[in-house]
Amino acid sequence: MTKEVPVPFYDSAKQKNPAWEEFIQTLRYKDLIMHLVRRDVTARYKRSVLGVAWTMLNPLGMMLILTIVFSQVFSTIDGYAAYILSGLLVWTFFSQSTVSGINSMVWGGDLFRRIYFPRSVYAISAVGTGIVNLLLSMIPFIIVSLAVGTPLTLNFFWVVIPIILISMFTLGLALIIASVGVRFPDIVEMFNVFLFAWMYLTPIIYPEEIVPVWLRALFKFNPMYHLIKLFREPIFYGQPLYPQLLGICTLIAVFTLVLGWIIFSRMSDEIAYRS
Amino acid sequence: MKSPIALSSDQDPDVVVGVENASVRYFVPREHVPTFKEYAIRFLQRRIHHDEFWALKDINLQIRRGEIFGLIGSNGAGKSTLLKLMARVLRPIRGRVWVKGRVAPLLAMGAGFHMELSGRENVFLNGTMLGYSEKHMRERLHSIVAFAELEDFIDAPMRTYSSGMVARLGFAVATDQMPDVLIVDEALSVGDSAFQIKSLERIREFQKNGATTLYVSHGMGEIERTCDRAAWLDHGQLRFIGTPKEAVDLYLNRKPAAA
Repeated sequence: MTKEVPVPFYDSAKQKNPAWEEFIQTLRYKDLIMHLVRRDVTARYKRSVLGVAWTMLNPLGMMLILTIVFSQVFSTIDGYAAYILSGLLVWTFFSQSTVSGINSMVWGGDLFRRIYFPRSVYAISAVGTGIVNLLLSMIPFIIVSLAVGTPLTLNFFWVVIPIILISMFTLGLALIIASVGVRFPDIVEMFNVFLFAWMYLTPIIYPEEIVPVWLRALFKFNPMYHLIKLFREPIFYGQPLYPQLLGICTLIAVFTLVLGWIIFSRMSDEIAYRS
Repeated sequence: MKSPIALSSDQDPDVVVGVENASVRYFVPREHVPTFKEYAIRFLQRRIHHDEFWALKDINLQIRRGEIFGLIGSNGAGKSTLLKLMARVLRPIRGRVWVKGRVAPLLAMGAGFHMELSGRENVFLNGTMLGYSEKHMRERLHSIVAFAELEDFIDAPMRTYSSGMVARLGFAVATDQMPDVLIVDEALSVGDSAFQIKSLERIREFQKNGATTLYVSHGMGEIERTCDRAAWLDHGQLRFIGTPKEAVDLYLNRKPAAA
């Protein structure tokens, strides 16, 4: 006999708290998450010559174009290129991670049908891949900041906190949309369109001040407005995190993630039936 | 769901997989909604109908420790669905499924592999997918690669592998550690005969050590040679459980499905 380890016993009739169960299982599969992230980061550029450098070149190219197009219009802001880039980096992270997380959970396909692992692993690894890309693109951001002369201070390192909070929000939202999308796949398409509008409703490529005051009041209801503002404080303005804003962002992040997690884990049985 | 059924595992300690009155129903969306307009109207009237499809109906089955248990049936008879219940991918709509011990599904045709990645990277990806830790896989990498006989190719991207090589690596990862229940869903038919013999030897060795294997195949000779017992599934219902020979005979001499 081999060493006595407790034999796992699976019983379909016994269902523990799904959210808790999903959480425990996700912890068990943390190494899978790491390998999925590694796969996504490396496989994407495997055949290209510049490889992972594209992660940095992509946002730089976008920034260049937007700066050329809009710098005359929004000349009110110092270091406009760095302003755009900081916003674009977060937005790209947010939109890419949600979309790829949702797609892999809704259209997850073959693997879901054959082997058990917690479904949320896909969403978490999508966000993880996004974080890796975001961190890599901090390098060109620093270069651009130096070039346009925006303040780079030690406060820069506070950026870790907004990144964590935005990741939580992103994961939570991806889980919510995926839960609904499993039943109504059209939601996924709608979300893509919605993202496009959402980007223009958030001060990413334009300064907040050019928006009429009455409209600016509506920014309050846009979670990404707060999160991006928090992200810019340390890296664009060189400021420490402003406590009140930090509080708002923490609330948004925790609330979205908990809600998404609960909804998604309740749906995960159904996902198996529909995928 | 409260289960009125007594725990059968208490009655017979040798049963490792129990399926009790399990049913699975899929909703198959009805195709041919002619226009979007019509779809919208139907949606508002809540008339988007899904056809019910009972993939499995009231299945009762007990599989014992150390058995190689075959499943046969035509395409769409519910074989894979039954395996999914045991692999805890699906939860039955009604009834109950329980499994004692660790289940390892053998993924057919390298599902779970990424073709752009190297064989080595894929061993880790697939191993962690089966629930092993990174550390464990690092320790086992060498013997996995050796068993798959891929030492010279392990750092080449997987898209350069032949389908037999992919199947070998998949089998090597899934069976590196003896599971309590191994699920083989037509995964062996791809490798060449030398590897088929080798993998069958491994399954037999597991059997000696008390592991159970669930074996799905369309190769009737294979089922007769390999399995201790077999079941015939037809349109989601179990038609027969018994010796492989009888199951195969019944299946081959079945009346053509009523149109």
